[in-house]
Amino acid sequence: MKNKEKILLAHGSGGRLTHELVKNLFIKKFSNKILNKLDDSAEIKIKNCRVAFTTDSYVVDPIEFPGGDMGRIAVCGTVNDLAVKGARPLAISVGFILEEGFEMKALERIVSSMKKAAKEAGVEIVTGDTKVVEKGKADKIFINTSGIGIIENKISLSASKISIGDSIIVNGNIADHGVTVMNARNNLGFKGAIKSDGAPLNGLIKKILSSCPRVKCIRDLTRGGLGTSLNELADASKLSMLINQKDIPLSPSIESASALLGLDPLYVANEGKIVLFVKKSEEKKVLKLMRSHKYGRNAKIIGSVLKEKKPQVRMRTLMGGERVVMMLEGDQLPRIC
Amino acid sequence: MIKIKNKFSSPLWSDSLMASNAFKEIKKLVAQIYAETGETINFMEVCGTHTMSIAASGMRKFFPKELKMLSGPGCPVCVTSQGDIDRILEIAAIKDVIITTFGEMMRVKGSSGKDLHSVREEGADIRVLYSPLDALRIASENKDKKIVFIGVGFETTAPIIAQTVFHAHNRKINNFFITPLFKLVPPALKAVLPDGHKISGFILPGHVSVVIGSKSYNFVSEKHKVPCVVAGFEPMDIIGGINMLLLQILRKTPKVETEYFRAVTMDGNKSAQEIMKKVLKVAAAEWRAIGSIEKSGLVLSDAFKRFDAFKHFKIKHYASKEPKGCICGKIIMGLALPADCRFFGNKCTPSDAIGPCMVSSEGACAAWFKYGGQQ
Repeated sequence: MKNKEKILLAHGSGGRLTHELVKNLFIKKFSNKILNKLDDSAEIKIKNCRVAFTTDSYVVDPIEFPGGDMGRIAVCGTVNDLAVKGARPLAISVGFILEEGFEMKALERIVSSMKKAAKEAGVEIVTGDTKVVEKGKADKIFINTSGIGIIENKISLSASKISIGDSIIVNGNIADHGVTVMNARNNLGFKGAIKSDGAPLNGLIKKILSSCPRVKCIRDLTRGGLGTSLNELADASKLSMLINQKDIPLSPSIESASALLGLDPLYVANEGKIVLFVKKSEEKKVLKLMRSHKYGRNAKIIGSVLKEKKPQVRMRTLMGGERVVMMLEGDQLPRIC
Repeated sequence: MIKIKNKFSSPLWSDSLMASNAFKEIKKLVAQIYAETGETINFMEVCGTHTMSIAASGMRKFFPKELKMLSGPGCPVCVTSQGDIDRILEIAAIKDVIITTFGEMMRVKGSSGKDLHSVREEGADIRVLYSPLDALRIASENKDKKIVFIGVGFETTAPIIAQTVFHAHNRKINNFFITPLFKLVPPALKAVLPDGHKISGFILPGHVSVVIGSKSYNFVSEKHKVPCVVAGFEPMDIIGGINMLLLQILRKTPKVETEYFRAVTMDGNKSAQEIMKKVLKVAAAEWRAIGSIEKSGLVLSDAFKRFDAFKHFKIKHYASKEPKGCICGKIIMGLALPADCRFFGNKCTPSDAIGPCMVSSEGACAAWFKYGGQQ
């Protein structure tokens, strides 16, 4: 009955089942101090140097969509995982798993796009691997990227640093990537300002940290969206978070498309969004810095951290009510009517 | 192609100042009624989308304790019987069948504990569609396969699926079928109104009413003397609807009113009604946790019965067994709230649901669970 004997799509959705899989299998078997922190990047000490190390795989369908493609997000995703630890990304590896019959031209486009994204992020792709599998054994192309970066000594970003009263900031409109991909994948035909937000955020984060090194925690908002990330952080920090619906940046097109499809934008994936926790007294300074960068123009303070008996994420709704924001349960499915 | 307008949801529809004024008014009206009758006011929102909107907006916090919102039998997934789910799963297991469905049906478990998700993992070809018309494209691209669209839902979805069948008929597509499991809202209202019922008023579904028209509910106010308001799905629509219901009670003038007048007329959408009439016919239907209700569903009419997947694959009828201890039936009938169930939130959660109200994202239990309605 429990449906737990097999891997479900929801195990990869970034929601509660992903969380359980990581905790109950990977952490249990691989357990070590670094992994158990479950940060976006692992921090390893090599002599006196703090090295951030991360890996991520990309399987998005379709491989090209408005605002980007799998190549761009494969580079940006790994760069961002390093950057949110406060690391300066140095080098990236790339592994391709290609399906027999995949168009060479399409591969060239993906690779060019990776080159462009790496250039923008200021990292080099220094090593790689290629495997080809029989037709039908993979879907066109899967990409894995790993990356390393250096963390400066004065920087220390972690969920454990989050404390009561801290302000919660996001760098711009949420849910753009997920809705764009869903629209492209299913030929839904939504036109208008719908495009992926895939972007390397190391420049933005460097700008923030060089003026405000005391930022407490930064998270990359990818699968599972803002709602899931906040829940993970509430869980890790043992503190509650109260966010204001009216302050959450969301483009009107994405809001409308989500409403039509029955999706909650809080759980929709992003590829160029971060959430930051800063001391209340620094919120204005951080916000100003962010808004002066092209990937933070629409940054907003969306809420604050509170102490409660049971850590949870709550949202003050537009009409002034309040509701709990849970961890995403399974995949979000479009509704019938 | 759908061109998204700059903004289709007006900020006024969830404006906090408007809402707080409206709640003051609601509080006043509820107090007046309660002073007169001494009884709790029980309004039922029939549609799952209303249930979700009420929970997602967090508006319950503002209701006086003498006002209760109950969730009715208006979530299409919740009311599809366990036996019918078993029949769908049996079709999904047949070789060379492609099941096409709306996403929400993927997670509804049959009596064996399996759902469409799990049979897909076992190798069945199951595809989630946004429009039933896409199933016809799949049918013409896969002539050696049989394509079955899972036809569930109310008068909202029935017309588009009927239209799809009509297209298939005209284009002589012979490898397309549907499972005709449609339900009708007015008979469901009748079912929740037995003698001695405690329902003080209905918030009626906007989408369904766009199709069938508000006059379809006249029997509720005329025969059963229960006030009705057809409301839209934005929070302020629902609050406006509640306000209108309270005024009807106070004035002792039960009638059918429409708050969602920007979309709903008295007569409804004639072309949608015509296509339903042409392709479908009224029949008894089995409602999950309620049982069979006569003349409460739609099946294929005689001229289109060759599209009936159950008949084509000779799928027998399964008896429906409800999970032991689950009170979804009472919840759907407005006799209990999710929090009254001993399984709620512990043994029964959206990812491991026991009863139908937790299975669908628009079920009352799922809405309460997801948005913290239990508090």
